[in-house]
Amino acid sequence: MNGAHPLTPLMEARQVEFAYPGGARAIRVSLAVEAATMTAIIGSNGSGKSTLIRLLAGLLRPTQGSILLEGKPLDDWQPRLRAREIAYMPQATATVFPFRALDVVLSGRTPHAPRFGFENDRDRAIALESLAAAGAAHLAERCVTGLSGGEKQMVILARALAQEPRVLLLDEPAAALDLKHRAELMRTLARLRDDRGLSVVMITHDLQLTGSLFDRIVALRCGELAAEGPPQEILQAELLAAIYDDPKVRTTRVGDQTVVWVDK
Amino acid sequence: MKAKLIRAMAILTLILLVSVAVGLIAGSQKIDFSRLSSDPFSRTLFFRLRLPRVLMGLTIGASLAVTGASLQALFRNPLADPYTLGISGGGALGASVAITLGWSARILGIPWVFVASFLGAMAAAALVRAISRTGAVVLPGALLLSGVVVNLVSAAAVLTIQYVADPNSALQILRWLVGSLDVIGVAAVGRMLILLVPAWLALLALSRQLNLLAIDEDTAATLGVNVRRCETTVHTLCSLIVGVTVAMGGSIGFVGLIVPHAVRLMFGEDLRIVLPGSLLLGAAFLVLADALARTAIPSSELPVGAITGLLGGPAFLWLLRRRRQYAAM
Repeated sequence: MNGAHPLTPLMEARQVEFAYPGGARAIRVSLAVEAATMTAIIGSNGSGKSTLIRLLAGLLRPTQGSILLEGKPLDDWQPRLRAREIAYMPQATATVFPFRALDVVLSGRTPHAPRFGFENDRDRAIALESLAAAGAAHLAERCVTGLSGGEKQMVILARALAQEPRVLLLDEPAAALDLKHRAELMRTLARLRDDRGLSVVMITHDLQLTGSLFDRIVALRCGELAAEGPPQEILQAELLAAIYDDPKVRTTRVGDQTVVWVDK
Repeated sequence: MKAKLIRAMAILTLILLVSVAVGLIAGSQKIDFSRLSSDPFSRTLFFRLRLPRVLMGLTIGASLAVTGASLQALFRNPLADPYTLGISGGGALGASVAITLGWSARILGIPWVFVASFLGAMAAAALVRAISRTGAVVLPGALLLSGVVVNLVSAAAVLTIQYVADPNSALQILRWLVGSLDVIGVAAVGRMLILLVPAWLALLALSRQLNLLAIDEDTAATLGVNVRRCETTVHTLCSLIVGVTVAMGGSIGFVGLIVPHAVRLMFGEDLRIVLPGSLLLGAAFLVLADALARTAIPSSELPVGAITGLLGGPAFLWLLRRRRQYAAM
């Protein structure tokens, strides 16, 4: 379906290193993202999770190594074509202008629409579909400035879905969501993975989320890969204790779920 | 969306036509339009003074409004405009230096004053941008404060030059601080339009990118916008447009701030409608403001900058109250 070699991963961070100007924090990671998989990135605050996802999104350029999409370095992609492959959802968006939610979602169609034209009926249909998939159909006519943090996140997620990407990069999308919408978000993402072959890379602090639906967990510690593997391998007390630098981390199995907590 | 754009353009064109009619009729001297072909006095009044002045109002109003709309989107800051970002001030300083040094020459038909004003506007814009941008974030408070400071310093510098220079050029320089549209003959407007029309069109061509930037910078980048290049292009275009308008009409305040908000209130937030809409409504607004400036006080004339300030200031405060979230900037 793409010209790449069948063994080429959909996305790859090949010996990527990054340092912010001034050299405050560095990251050194190699990582492959396969098609139709869900990957969770975990790690303590400041471990480089957001830096990694911003590197994958092309918002930061590696100082060493390269990020490949379908075997081709991100910089060699035409921005417009790249935007059809990768969508990114930041931790928060602070839009000051009272845009209508549906118009925000429609703007996600930009990489597919003609350069100087407006979005057509098909784009509109896809935007409405995406809003429904994100559980935000009822917000279509609302102003984004009047929405709560969680509602706004759902609209921004719908916008990323409207982009119809092959890779969806999410920076803590669940942080502002309540229990119900968290579960709904996970179900939506899993469905898109299974139906459309979407690859999801998601930062999360909620280890409960990572247990059942993710295919893989990538753990970062101080900018380096601390562990990588399927959830049942990573969600072990000793491993998590090392990742989070806290010897009191405990885990237990409840049905097919792993519960993680910290002892008093 | 397309239908919405056409409807917006139709309504605003109608408003523009009405304002042009008002602008051509209003004035301390009555013009008998039926005798335009026979009466040389009426003809001179109309073709040398009245018509050029309306054209000047159209040109400058459109310019200020479209730059205001672009800058607001670029910086995601509803209070940004050429005035609050110091671009007008920098342009005025550049122009006044050129006038004091007696640079009346033209290169390729473009007066040196335009070039100096453009460079001044460009320098002010670059300074404000450098101060307010830290890494990937533009600090909204720093943006406006540094803009206001650049404007004040520029005004002080213009005043200093005025005192040092001879009285003849001092009178001219005063115009840059107040803002006025008086012009003789249409040639000057033509010289402006050679530079302005391409710059307007270039800004309009960026309206989709600006629309994405107005929502969010990071996601705009992942949707295919080259943020830094877009920023530099918009900055350069706005400096050019503001430089040229300031060189001819001085720093007329509030047009760039108020008009884009009025267009948003009427037709929504989409920059692909707000930008061309601001171009039309800005033109209409300044022509009407100037008509008011010429007729408000019998046998005398107010500077148009005073009218836009008196109308724009309260409108701005009303806006701030109506949309409380702006106050959090």
